[in-house]
Amino acid sequence: MAEELLGCCYRVHGRDYDTGGEKSTEIKSILTSLDLDPAIVRRAVVVAFEAEMNVVMYADEGALTLTITDEDITLEMEDTGPGIPDIALAMQEGWSTATDEMRERGFGFGMGLPNIRRNSDEFEIASEVGRGTVVLSRIRLDGDG
Amino acid sequence: MDLEQIAAALSCDTLCAAGGDGVDIDVVVASDGMSEILAFHCPHALMLTGLTNIQSVRTAIVADVSAIVYVRGKHPPGEVLDLALEKGIPVLNTALGMFDCCGILYGAGLRGGM
Repeated sequence: MAEELLGCCYRVHGRDYDTGGEKSTEIKSILTSLDLDPAIVRRAVVVAFEAEMNVVMYADEGALTLTITDEDITLEMEDTGPGIPDIALAMQEGWSTATDEMRERGFGFGMGLPNIRRNSDEFEIASEVGRGTVVLSRIRLDGDG
Repeated sequence: MDLEQIAAALSCDTLCAAGGDGVDIDVVVASDGMSEILAFHCPHALMLTGLTNIQSVRTAIVADVSAIVYVRGKHPPGEVLDLALEKGIPVLNTALGMFDCCGILYGAGLRGGM
């Protein structure tokens, strides 16, 4: 059984672009301080950042939970918001429902969820329209980065 | 190619030095889309972008970017430069557009990371 080394939970606020991405840079500081493989840290922080910005852009509120064990890093983002009607479509690189405002801010080009999946060893997503979305990403510490 | 040579090639102004002396660059990522920057694993890259908001620096932090050049004469707000300074990321800007910057740096031997 994996031994939990650290667990944290962060609140993420929808439409708050000023602080969007801030939690992920905090997570980077935590992971870097644990002297983990920099490639593993980078993958985890990309996952956190994309998940965080998805909530900022599309959801009302989100809770990002970081769990580190001696085997892996798990990031779970659970949001309340509009949900995703067609997950298969949302997972296609380049597909997006972003507004012009989101694109002007540098996001919404249909890369967020694919980037999360690409950097995950395990990836799960579930969504209910009108309620919200849960994204889970697990990254093994013994991965090759 | 070091950052000083890049600054000369692109006629850059330095907005935030942040220990940029001696920073060596051999790969470049260029986009106004932050997820594009994050999509490929190329740590220690030079990031060219026209996006000057706070997420541009947060993206650079997440992507382990070594330095940022804002193109098209863009000048980021003070809070953006403050974060870059805090995180030790040198920031420059140039009046040149993205296409010209990429062409000049490619001609100088640098290659894309995307």
